Amino acid sequence: MSETILVTAIWIAQGALAIAMCLCTWRMAVGPRAQDRILSLDALYVCAMLQLLAFGVRTGNTIFFEASLVIGMLGFVATVTLAKFLMRGEVIE
Amino acid sequence: MTIHLADVPIWAAIPAAAFLLLGAGLTLLGTIGLVRLRTFYDRIHAPTLATSWGAGGMVMASMIIFTAASARPVFHEILIGIFVTVTTPVTLMMLGRATLYRDRMQRSPELPKEARHAPEPEIPETEENAQ
Repeated sequence: MSETILVTAIWIAQGALAIAMCLCTWRMAVGPRAQDRILSLDALYVCAMLQLLAFGVRTGNTIFFEASLVIGMLGFVATVTLAKFLMRGEVIE
Repeated sequence: MTIHLADVPIWAAIPAAAFLLLGAGLTLLGTIGLVRLRTFYDRIHAPTLATSWGAGGMVMASMIIFTAASARPVFHEILIGIFVTVTTPVTLMMLGRATLYRDRMQRSPELPKEARHAPEPEIPETEENAQ
């Protein structure tokens, strides 16, 4: 009984996260300016992290927790670096 | 460490499923806002829904399930929650400042009138300035 509830909830959650990732990708492809693309890349990183977390719950394995932690850290570093590039790369050079 | 979902008791499965749906639904809502809102300064607010309650709900559900199935407290997922909560304001502040800087340089009409110029830096009153 509890397995049915959890598996259904995880399927719905993963479907919602997959749609969210598609929407982020759309904004990244369309986005009028560079900062829109960076913002949607950041959102895509967060969605991927949550997707891995849901996958770890479904398989009952803690190895996915480390993977999602690494994705979160890489997303932070990537977004900060790209924002710094936006600030300096085009205007001063 | 591996658990089976069938080991989760029913009193833990229901709130965990609710938190999972809440987290994923709010993440989806945030990205819908990312697509639908008009200007960049509106859009920068939307993904914070995914990083605050989206990540919080999923982490909470994961903690409930792993704690209930392995019959001992499992709290390591809270690291993700803390990390995301701490880093999101930093990244979005930097991105917002960079965008504001670029818009001021390009004299973008997207900026409201009172935000077009950087505020004058306040010079502290010292003895050297007074002379």
